[in-house]
Amino acid sequence: MSPSRAPGLLGTTWILVRKDLLLEWRTRARANALIFFSLSTLLLFSFALGPDTTFLRRAAGGTLWLALLLASVLALGESFRVEQENAALDGLRLAPADARALFLAKALANAVLLAVVGAILLPVLGALASLGLTLGLGRMAGVLVLGCLAIAAPGTVYAAIASQARSRDVVLPLLLFPLLIPALVAAAKASSLVFEGDPMLQFPSWLGLLIGFNLVYWSLGFILFPRVLED
Amino acid sequence: MIVHVLLTALAVLFVAGGLYAAIRFAAVRASIAVLGLALLASGAWYGLFRAPPDREMGDVQRIMYVHVPAQWMAMMAVTLNFCCSVTYLFRPSWPTDALAEASAEVGLFFGTVGLVLGSIWAKPTWGVYWSWDPRLTSEAILLVAYAGYLTLRRFIDDAERRAVWSAVVGIIVAVDIPIIWFSVQWWRTLHQTQSSPSTVDPAMRLGIRWNAFAFLALWLVFLSARYLIARARTAREIAPPPLAVEAAPI
Repeated sequence: MSPSRAPGLLGTTWILVRKDLLLEWRTRARANALIFFSLSTLLLFSFALGPDTTFLRRAAGGTLWLALLLASVLALGESFRVEQENAALDGLRLAPADARALFLAKALANAVLLAVVGAILLPVLGALASLGLTLGLGRMAGVLVLGCLAIAAPGTVYAAIASQARSRDVVLPLLLFPLLIPALVAAAKASSLVFEGDPMLQFPSWLGLLIGFNLVYWSLGFILFPRVLED
Repeated sequence: MIVHVLLTALAVLFVAGGLYAAIRFAAVRASIAVLGLALLASGAWYGLFRAPPDREMGDVQRIMYVHVPAQWMAMMAVTLNFCCSVTYLFRPSWPTDALAEASAEVGLFFGTVGLVLGSIWAKPTWGVYWSWDPRLTSEAILLVAYAGYLTLRRFIDDAERRAVWSAVVGIIVAVDIPIIWFSVQWWRTLHQTQSSPSTVDPAMRLGIRWNAFAFLALWLVFLSARYLIARARTAREIAPPPLAVEAAPI
């Protein structure tokens, strides 16, 4: 490849993902804030629900995903705020970076960040509610990754819109939360099954719902994101 | 099959024509409003006094005559919003955007009315105001989603950006509807299966159709009025600023 040739869609995506993750790695400010935010959310949930461990264990799937969902709003909002400093987003567009690559990169970087937060929350939750991974670590990792991808795809589209609206901190959760309910239901149910065991073999169908949700919103975001950025 | 398609096309044409006339001519709008109120009053009278009571539920079932039409109108408005959103992304125009805004608000209104009426109906029949049934839950989520859509519209000052972004959000929300429906359906269900005219007593069928036309007339009036407000608001936003002759210092 000659040095003058511009990278393709996937190449651009890769470069942008590396840029986002490198920025994150250099300061780790956002990741740290997110981890402590979601840890305190977990503690709050435990206090609000009471010290009954059996009950906490039953509610663990929902607790984990609510903590992640609340953290995701902060992560998504921040991911576009950094691009607005010094008009970095306009710079990227002029580079020129394909808007679709920008979507893929932002959404992937957000999903990675959320999955890291989730991976740190999991052992803490396990200790708080004395949980075990009945179905094994592999399935839990699968649910975690799919769930974070499901939050990140529509979340990135909405964060790009909300970042330019007045009172964006209100707009983003208002748009995102109702939309994510199917993903939340599926991820929370699947996680509960991983914790508690799955005698009725429901796990594959919840995982299937999560995969379907991802397929729909990654393709929709891929198609619609250029329209969000244009002008 | 072909008859169904033809009838549906005819109904869509009828509604679209009514909407166009209601937007275009104030007199048509006023007459539809009067007609709608008359139909609503007579429909309520028919539903309350003339239609037979239900064998199982008795007089409680009469709320169906307003609950079901309200839900139909909400679904029509939401469908219209989706069509406008898609159309706007392909062919941007202010009328499409205004119709999208109007339909979202009218859909939210009728959906809320339908949900509240359904809740009132649920208390004596199911014993609870609320159950986590797919239809109820999906609609509640849907209403919150469209409330978010309308909030977003309020929070973007630039008219052109608002139009594009709300079209994107309109599509994303509409695509979520079947997924929500599907995900919630895996819970236990209490709602009765959908009625079609053939499973309903003819006297009840008349009552529900009567009220459906009353609601349709109100739907047209609300939609056209809301459309005109949206158009006027955008027109003011995108108009060039007035010449500052008077403000010049002497």
